[in-house]
Parts: sequence; C-alpha cells; structure tokens
Amino acid sequence: MGARRRSDALRPLSDALRTAFGRHKTARKGLDDRVASTQDVPDLTDVGAATADRLKRIAMAISLKVNGVVHSVAAEPDTPLLYVLRNDLELNGAKFGCGLEQCGACTVLLDGVPTRSCVRAIQDIGQQEVTTIEGLGTVDKPHPLQQAFIDEQAAQCGYCINGMIMTAKELLDRIPHPTEADVRATLAPNLCRCGTHNRIVRAVLRAAQANGKT
Amino acid sequence: MNAPQLSRREFAAALGGIVLSFSLVPRLALGQQAALPGSLNSNRMLDAWLRINPDGTATVFTGKVELGQGILTALAQIAAEELDLPLSRLKMISGDTGQTPNEGQTAGSQSIEASGTALRMAGAEVRAILMELAAKRFGVAVDTLSASDGVISGRDGRKVGYGELAGEVDLHREATAKVAPKLPAEHKIVGTAVPRRDIPAKVTGGAAYVQDVRLPGMLHGRVARPPRYGAKLESFDQAAVKAMPGVTAVVRDGSFLGVVAEREEQAIKARDALKKSARWSGGNELPDPAKIHEYLLSRSMEDKVISDKQAALPDGAIPIEATYHRPYMAHASIGPSCSVAQMEGGKLTVWTHTQGVFPLRATMAKALDMPAGAIRCIHVEGSGCYGHNGADDVALDAALLARAMAGRPVRVQWMRDDEFMWEPLGAGMVMRARAALKDGRIVDWNYDVWSNTHNMRPGDPDGVNLLASWYLEKPKQPAPPRGAPQPAGAGDRNAIPLYELPRQHITSHLIKEMPLRVSALRTLGAYANVFAIESFMDELAAAAEADPVAFRLAHLKDPRAKAVIEKVAEAAGWKPGEKGNGVHGRGIAFAKYKTLATYVAVIVDLELDRGSGRIKVPRAFAAVDSGQIINPSGLINQIEGGIVQSTSWTLHEEVQFDRTGILSQSWDSYPILTMDEAPRVTTVLIDRPNEHPLGAGEAAQGPTAAAIANALAAATGKRIRELPLRPERVKAALA
Repeated sequence: MGARRRSDALRPLSDALRTAFGRHKTARKGLDDRVASTQDVPDLTDVGAATADRLKRIAMAISLKVNGVVHSVAAEPDTPLLYVLRNDLELNGAKFGCGLEQCGACTVLLDGVPTRSCVRAIQDIGQQEVTTIEGLGTVDKPHPLQQAFIDEQAAQCGYCINGMIMTAKELLDRIPHPTEADVRATLAPNLCRCGTHNRIVRAVLRAAQANGKT
Repeated sequence: MNAPQLSRREFAAALGGIVLSFSLVPRLALGQQAALPGSLNSNRMLDAWLRINPDGTATVFTGKVELGQGILTALAQIAAEELDLPLSRLKMISGDTGQTPNEGQTAGSQSIEASGTALRMAGAEVRAILMELAAKRFGVAVDTLSASDGVISGRDGRKVGYGELAGEVDLHREATAKVAPKLPAEHKIVGTAVPRRDIPAKVTGGAAYVQDVRLPGMLHGRVARPPRYGAKLESFDQAAVKAMPGVTAVVRDGSFLGVVAEREEQAIKARDALKKSARWSGGNELPDPAKIHEYLLSRSMEDKVISDKQAALPDGAIPIEATYHRPYMAHASIGPSCSVAQMEGGKLTVWTHTQGVFPLRATMAKALDMPAGAIRCIHVEGSGCYGHNGADDVALDAALLARAMAGRPVRVQWMRDDEFMWEPLGAGMVMRARAALKDGRIVDWNYDVWSNTHNMRPGDPDGVNLLASWYLEKPKQPAPPRGAPQPAGAGDRNAIPLYELPRQHITSHLIKEMPLRVSALRTLGAYANVFAIESFMDELAAAAEADPVAFRLAHLKDPRAKAVIEKVAEAAGWKPGEKGNGVHGRGIAFAKYKTLATYVAVIVDLELDRGSGRIKVPRAFAAVDSGQIINPSGLINQIEGGIVQSTSWTLHEEVQFDRTGILSQSWDSYPILTMDEAPRVTTVLIDRPNEHPLGAGEAAQGPTAAAIANALAAATGKRIRELPLRPERVKAALA
C-alpha cells in the first residue's frame, strides 16, 4: 500500500554511491595521472608535443617518501603536505582541522617527529620520511597503539584520534613507560572536542604496558 | 572483533542486485490509525525498518545518524537482540532520503527512545513472522520452534535459516506492534559493552567521514564569506582569480561568492585571493559585548508562564534572589563542516553530515528552487556534532558550486574561520531566581529565563534556514524564531526544577531579535537553567545552613532522583558540612534532563590558583540513571564526554565579538579544555532494566557547570553567577 517504487529513481544514484569511497578504475586513473612512482620517471630528453604538459608537471614533481614508499607528486612546492597526503595519496588518516597548527588533527611523523602537516610545505620535506597513521598498522594488523584505542573504545567522533595516536607514537618511542602526567602533558597541544580525554590517556597507557610485554 | 562492517561501499555493492520496493510512507493519514510506539508511528511499514536477505543477513534502516555518539552500535544491538541474529550479520543503513525512514533530526537525546523503540517492536514482529513461516514449512505448531543465531530449529531437529525464508517473507506490511519484545532478563546483546562498529576504521585511517568521500572527477570548492553578518558584495577581481592555477569556476550569486578548483590547496588560495579583492558594504552592527545581556533584556519578547502552583506563603519567610548569565557558545567541532555535492541531469546528490537528511532536503529544495524529489541527501559522518553547526550550510554551499560544474562533484570544507564566524551559536541567556526560605524549606519559588530561540534548523516550513540562501541575488528569508513546548522546552529546557516546590511561578521569555546567529547547541537551554537552578539551590542551602546534599534530598520525592544523589555522594565520599580551604572545594549538582529523561548527579573537586584565578577540576564523580542500559561502555562514554565538554564550556568558553562581528576565529580566540586540564571521571551506573531506555548525551552538562560553580563557592565563599569562570573573572571575585 502506498508504495513509492524507488528502484528507477535510485539506480543512477547508486553508481555514485558505489564510488563514494572507492578506489575504482576512474579514480585510480586520476591518481596515476598525478602521482608517478619513482620507477617510471620519464626521460625528459625526448619530449613529444602531445605530452609536453604532463611531462612539464612531472618535471616539477617533488619526491616524497611516505610510509616507506617513494612517491613523485605533481603539486606546487608550497602545497601543505596534508593535501598531498589526503588528495593525491588518498590517505584519510591526517585530518584538516584548522590549517593553523593549533589543533593537531593533521599530525604526521617526519623522521619520527610529530609535525603539523597542514602548514608544512612539501618542498621543505626533503629526504625526511613521512609516517602517517596508515603506516602504523591496519584494521587486520593494528599497531599496539591502535589496538589500545580499540580496546579502550577511545573515540567518540574520532576526528582528533589520528593526531592523538601519532603524537603518542613518538612519546612511546622516546619514553616506553611514561607516567599519566607525561601522557597528558604530551597530548595537551592536541585538541579533543567530544570529551574523550580520559579514554585517550588510558589507551596510551595501555599501549605503554604492552611495550613491556612484547 | 565481531562487530559487523557497515561500510557504504558494501551496501552500494549490494544495491545493484536488489529491487527496492519498500514503502516509507503509509497511505492513510496518521490521524486515522492506531498509535504505534516510537518512530514506528510515523514510518509504519515493517520493511521500512528491516529486511531479511537471502544470505542470512538482515538490513536495518534507521533515520537516525551517527554523530560520534555510538548510536548505530546501540541500535544494531537492539535489532540483533529481537531478531536473534548475531551482530555480525546485521547491515545498518542510516540517514538517506533515498532509503531510510524519515525520523526528522538526530537530536535531543531521543534516538534510543524513537528509533530504538521502533526497531525493538519491528524486530520482534519480524522474528515472529519468520517463526510462522518456518512452522508452516515444517507443518508444526509455532510454539514448538526456537530461534538462535538466525536459525529456526524444530524439536525433531529440522532447521531453517532466515536466509532460506527470505524469498517467502513479506515484510511489506504495516507493523502491528502486537508482538511482545523480549523481557530484559532474556537479553544477551542489549545491556552489554559491545565495541563500537566505527572505531577500527577511525584509528587506522579508514574512510570514516564525509571529509573522506572521493568521487571520480571531484573538484574542490571554497566560499569567500563576508567580513561580517549581512554585508553586501560590491565588487571583486573575477578575472585575476579565474586566472589562478587550477581554478575552474568563480561562482557569484548576489553576495554569495565561491570558487571551484582542481586541487584543494588551489581552491584555498583562490578563496584567499577572493577575500583580498572583494569589497563589501553595509552589514549588521552587533550590540556592545560588554552589555550584551542588558541589550537582550531590552528587546521585544514573548512571555509564557510555564509553571504556576499556588500555596499559601507563610509569614516570616526570608527572600533570596540571584541572577545568572550564560555567554554565546560555539559548537567548535574539531573538523570544519564539509559536504560533497553532484548535480547531474537535473538531479542533485549531497553527501552530508547533517543531523536530519529529510529536513535538509526539504529546505535545500526551497533554497535552490528545485523539487525535493530531485534531491537525495545521504548522511556520512562528520567531525563531532553537538547540535546545529555548519553541516547543513556547507551542504548548500557545495550544491551551489556543484550547480555551476555540470556533473562534476564538488567537495567543500569550511575553513576554521568560516566555522567560528558563521556557525549558529548557542544563545546568550539570563536566568533570574527568587525564592523564600522558612525553617530550612523553600516556600516560594519564582524563576525567569530570557533567551533567543534554540532552533533555527532546516526543515522549518515557514522559511529557509540555510546560510548561503540569505545572500543570494534573490535572497530567501529564515523562518521566524520559535520556542518549543514543555516539558522538553528549548530556552526553558529544565527551567522547571524537579524539586517539591508547592508555590512556584516560572516564566519563559523568548527574545525575538537575534543579533548573533543562534540555533541548537547540545542541551539547548538546559545547561544554563541547570547551572542557575543548581547554583541557586546551593545558595539557598547555605542560607538555610544546610548541607547541599541533604538540602536537595529534603526537597525531592522522586526516588530515582534521590538515588543518583545518594549514589554520587557515596562514590565521592561526600562529607556533610565539609568546608573548602580557600584553594580546594567540592560541589554537587543534579538534574533530570528535560525533566523527563536521564537522571544525573555530579560531584566535582576543584583546585584554585588564587594568584592567577585559574581553576582546575582534577576529579569528577557522576551517578546516572538512564533507565534500561543498552550499552554500558557507550553510556559511560557519553556521560564522561558530557562532563569533560561541560568543564570546557564552564571554565573557558565564550564567543568573542565586537560591534562589527565575531572575533573568535581560531582556537587562540576560542580556547577549549586541554588534555592536562580534563577531570578524571568516575561514573556509577544505575541499571533499571524494566524502565524505558533514555538518551544520555546531554544529561551531564548542566549538573557539571553548577557543581563547578558550587565547588568554587565552597572553596572561597565567593559565588560567580556569570559563565564562563575565566581566570580574570575569578580574580575579580576574589579581590
């Protein structure tokens, strides 16, 4: 009764929905267009007119080592690292929060040092190795810190958690068994709005405990 | 872990082979039908809520959406419980105008009551239908069958899975709500700390947010908003911006100005250039911030007596009066609002973190002069949502830009200053309490609350509550401001105390003029009213020379209210008559949220640095009764979060402005609580499995604010009645 047949109306939209998070062929192609791996850096001595524009862009490409893989990125040198990570490399972990290095949602490690990727230009990265939260572990094989955040259910919206984990990573690398006060002080520059502070602290301390056992 | 995966990708993959034929809209007008429980009443077909799939899974549809509060996990627990299906075989579809029931907004801590009740009743009924089908197939009486893990078994050992019955089961029928759901004692999934289904992706960089949506050919947009409310765009350098690298369009419609570019950083640079070259005129002058509350009180208002009880006033009662203030407050989500929109063949699809996909669709249709049927709004979670923030507005921004891009999707994320300057704020408020004491009892109670509206959300039939629409060449008008009826109320939410007050007169004043943009912020007026009432209760207790705990208990009859106060006093080791010492103090406060939902009592310990005026709240205790507990871990998370967020509101938060506009534009000018300042929280839960489950996301904020103010008064003897309790204000009070 009163049924609105919706299959026709929905079908075209379902295609868009299917791809909303997908790394499907078209998106992949677009990505490949912008990011070339180091294996296929072109020989610039033989430039065909048709590919001139593309080669020109690759010529000004910047090399970045992210999570152990070298990428060549065709973007303006002053582009903040955050946008390259999110849009070119399709890494979701680092988040845009303020663009002012105030909140910490965009934190990544540069040679192991927590860095606000929203203001760090790619031209200034040089040989430093970028580690994002994707480089720590996966859903199937989480890093002990990621596992501790799952075990403690340490998230509400979770938007700040990337920064919390990446900042805590460096802390635990430096001090394997920090005090609660160490954890709170280290994470103080990272803002959380939902009020998950205590679970976040507990998750870091839990991961620190795991440090001793492995 | 066993938590099921709910990704939209999986759902989309499943969509291909399924013909969706369920109805969301019953034919009969609601008035002609028997009332059904929860949201079943307005979405009456079983297949609007549940479907059984041939692979043995079930798909759950809910109009409520995930805001970081864990609601999809809790709703999945309820549905899985009634269906006798493991959680891993449940797929959740939420907030999609193309697929889910219309449950309005996800707001007011009502999702468990509205959607949870619907799913509980629908789940019980669908399970009964499956059992009847199995009985028919086996040729046995239905009461000889049992169901477990999605398999129905007969006494003779025959078994049939739900999936095998999927072809026969017809759920395209109106719910009767006549099948009794399980008794609480039978619950195996409800009441347990099931892990949140969204957290693994969130801690590993998985796609979790609308900010992570990537469509093929997607462009990036930004909006160059005026420097102040209401300013008119006179000119800008279109040619220069159009020539910038990557810029594909500069979109102007009246005073709405936006830009689209191939890359996100290009769009941001182009926005900066637009802002630099744009010339604006006019704009609203704001009131003097130093006199904002006087200004609000001088405006025209609508007065409504919301409670009036008469009793004789005894002779010799001692009158006491106090007035309290709340500033304008921001939602201030960590991630600025974001949306992706695509306009193709006259149809618009919007990925949005709105709290209400259906109200947003209706209002976007008006803003864009499109039929609502040509718009599909799909919820994808955003950064934390604490009410009506920029989520809806950015969806219209994205649509306006996508409309200029002929098929290519456009992603728009607000910049940090967009969020602070343009989000609807929580209203500034004034509360005045007057009472009289006689022999340690309150014998007279007068209370007035003055506030703007707390609801300027999309979905209002009488206007277009979307920011960009007011700046178009042919501007739309916002809806008129409204209050909301008691008992839930809006500015007057929680203005009627739960205490036994035989003589009381309570008036709500709705101020119509809104100098600053306002709408719903978590708890609406309850945060301020509970702050005022519970501060005042301590002032009365002091005047009566009574202990704050004993004084409250003496004025309460409701046993559940008394229980949370007694429990929190026990947990904190409250000592009656204990005095502060100038730098340490302890305070208590209590409320029943909306006077009809969760009971919370909070005790805080406060430390004061008298030199700087800086307050720290190292420790908080809470006792909570939210009826039947669906997920204790989720409940504790909400209560702790509420206490910590309210500590931030109460100690730090106040939107700064001057005559020309909002000055809070970054975290520097709107500081919030940091990790080293967050109180450690001990939460005691009182489970009442035979009572209705109640939402808890907004229950702790009001009590926390008053407990902090009471602790400061206990420590120093000084009472501060104006929020926030910032160092300079504390220092002035101590001087």
